[in-house]
Amino acid sequence: MRLPGWITVKRRPAPSPWLVFGISLAAIAAALIVAGIFFQIYGVSPFRAYGDILRGALGSKLGVTETIRRMIPLLVIGVGLSVALRALFWNIGADGQLLMGAVAASGIALFSGLPGPLLLPAMLLGGFLAGAAWGLVPAILKARLGINDVITTLMLNYVAISIVEWLIHDPWKGPTMRGFAYTDKFPAAAILPTIAGTRIHWPTLLIGLVAAILLFLIVKRTRVGFEIRVAGENPHAARFSGISQTKVTLFAMMISGGLAGIAGVGEVAGIHHMLLAPNNISLGYGYTAIIVAWLARRNPLAVILTSFLFGVIMRGGDVIKVSLGLPFQLVNVFNGLILFFLIGSEILMRYRIRVGRRQQA
Amino acid sequence: MSWESWIVATLSRTLAYGTPLLFATLGEIYTERAGVLNLGVEGMMIVGALSAFVVAYTTGNPWLGVLVSGVVGGAFSMIHAFASITLRANQVVSGLALTMLGLGLSGVVGRSWEGWPLWTPLREVTVPGLSRIPILGPALFEGQNLLVYIAVLMAIILWFVLYKTRIGVTIRSVGEDPATADSLGVNVARVRYLCVLVGGILAGIGGGYLSVAYRPSWTDGMTAGMGWIVIALTIFAFWNPLLGLVGAYFFAMLFHLSFRLQAWLAPELLKTMPYVLAIVVLIVVSRGTLQKRMGAPSALTIPYSRGED
Repeated sequence: MRLPGWITVKRRPAPSPWLVFGISLAAIAAALIVAGIFFQIYGVSPFRAYGDILRGALGSKLGVTETIRRMIPLLVIGVGLSVALRALFWNIGADGQLLMGAVAASGIALFSGLPGPLLLPAMLLGGFLAGAAWGLVPAILKARLGINDVITTLMLNYVAISIVEWLIHDPWKGPTMRGFAYTDKFPAAAILPTIAGTRIHWPTLLIGLVAAILLFLIVKRTRVGFEIRVAGENPHAARFSGISQTKVTLFAMMISGGLAGIAGVGEVAGIHHMLLAPNNISLGYGYTAIIVAWLARRNPLAVILTSFLFGVIMRGGDVIKVSLGLPFQLVNVFNGLILFFLIGSEILMRYRIRVGRRQQA
Repeated sequence: MSWESWIVATLSRTLAYGTPLLFATLGEIYTERAGVLNLGVEGMMIVGALSAFVVAYTTGNPWLGVLVSGVVGGAFSMIHAFASITLRANQVVSGLALTMLGLGLSGVVGRSWEGWPLWTPLREVTVPGLSRIPILGPALFEGQNLLVYIAVLMAIILWFVLYKTRIGVTIRSVGEDPATADSLGVNVARVRYLCVLVGGILAGIGGGYLSVAYRPSWTDGMTAGMGWIVIALTIFAFWNPLLGLVGAYFFAMLFHLSFRLQAWLAPELLKTMPYVLAIVVLIVVSRGTLQKRMGAPSALTIPYSRGED
């Protein structure tokens, strides 16, 4: 790109955490302003819209608990994704891994015949394994054959969607559901407990929080974490220091896929209590979680913060649907804009841009 | 139903449903050939669909709608071009953002247009002479609209340009080895911008076809994941416009048969075919030399900089 003479661009060494934080905030603010202009054009006062969103998401007990309910899948998936992205594995397939986790949990809940107390642990384990397996397919394909991870993870999402559709229309269709395409309701022992009076299925939330802390420590303090960081930051150096790219990729995707699977267990066992249409199980959580992990700069602890932010946005979509009659699709406008400003702002982190002074490099 | 009318209906629906896939796939082939992966196809198609419908509805002229869908799709793709070429942002993230934005904007803006039937859809044409061929005539040359044939023509032209002209060589060299192309005086950024633009225009028209011809109306999310099939198709077609033509109709036929064969085969399983086949193709071509011969652009998803920073 050719620049006019009065702008100079120089590569920045490593940006400080504060700079990263500041630029991220500025990017979000810019996205909200552009979305505000869009509101205005659409004939809705942006102040009213943002006021409604804030009040609806944070201004009442119901608002906060519903925000947290939306945050749970984003947190659980986002924590895993932060590890996958760190290992330079593009897991666009978290939505599919979530669905496979939901499938495994539903199968165990409805057909395993396990005694009550064993049911939930088995569902969580089964969900983790199913999500991990779904995630390991593209991981193996990339590690062994060098096949593009973006494409395979993406394609497997649609395979997972079809599997769920098929199950609920055909073999698993609930005999008691009067022809609707759902499975039967889960037995009571297969339903995740919630905090009284809310839809917060706290075991899933707890798993997400614990995973965030554990993975933060693993990435920072352990051998395998060190290998992930090196492999992600400098694949060349990793190869020379004997780090196995295969091992790193498989480990990262087992975690990422498995956690996405757990998120799926949470949605079916904590919210819906049955397996139902894929777009009812996941409102694109797997995709939104990519923004969550990206905004957190692939730091598992920071995912707690960013997943809450996107919980607010999703709750905002629910609120504004009622108060202003705008479709829930609005959430996608926010997500898309934030993502664009985020990747656009990265140039500010990589380069120092000076305006108004001529300088010879 | 007699077997004849069964075949006629199947071929005819295949052609109709394959057309939007073909338009968008041709565009994505050009985009990727220049080294840019655009995962925003779904987003570009859906804004194309909405804009075509709105224009056709308000002016009564469906062709104007198609034109505008191309313009809007092209303009929309420029966001991706700016992010991924000029800012050298990650192409995967930028493409996903484009899809989210497209689905979101069309969902919000399109809400007041939902459920209105378009009284002036693209007219159906009958190709004189050819339509009298038994079976093939009524299947392929009757009851379709002009866009269907334009798509076929487009595939042939774009194939010719890509393989038989200097422009094609330039595009492929930019996707293969941008540094060498640059040293030979090719403006890499300009070629990539133009190819992303072609991709946007064609995806937009593919979307427009849906709302003014295939199902003349607007419904939220009416592209229903077509954009992702296009991503699969591009690989399935080995980045070759003519194979794109074959692939688009093949997938369209699978899609149609998934309804027709419901009694014997779960439709959901046939619907997974495009995605499974794309992965199979990737596995088959994963050996380096084969991949070269099959046309996978080496510099796909890699931003180009002259190394001056």
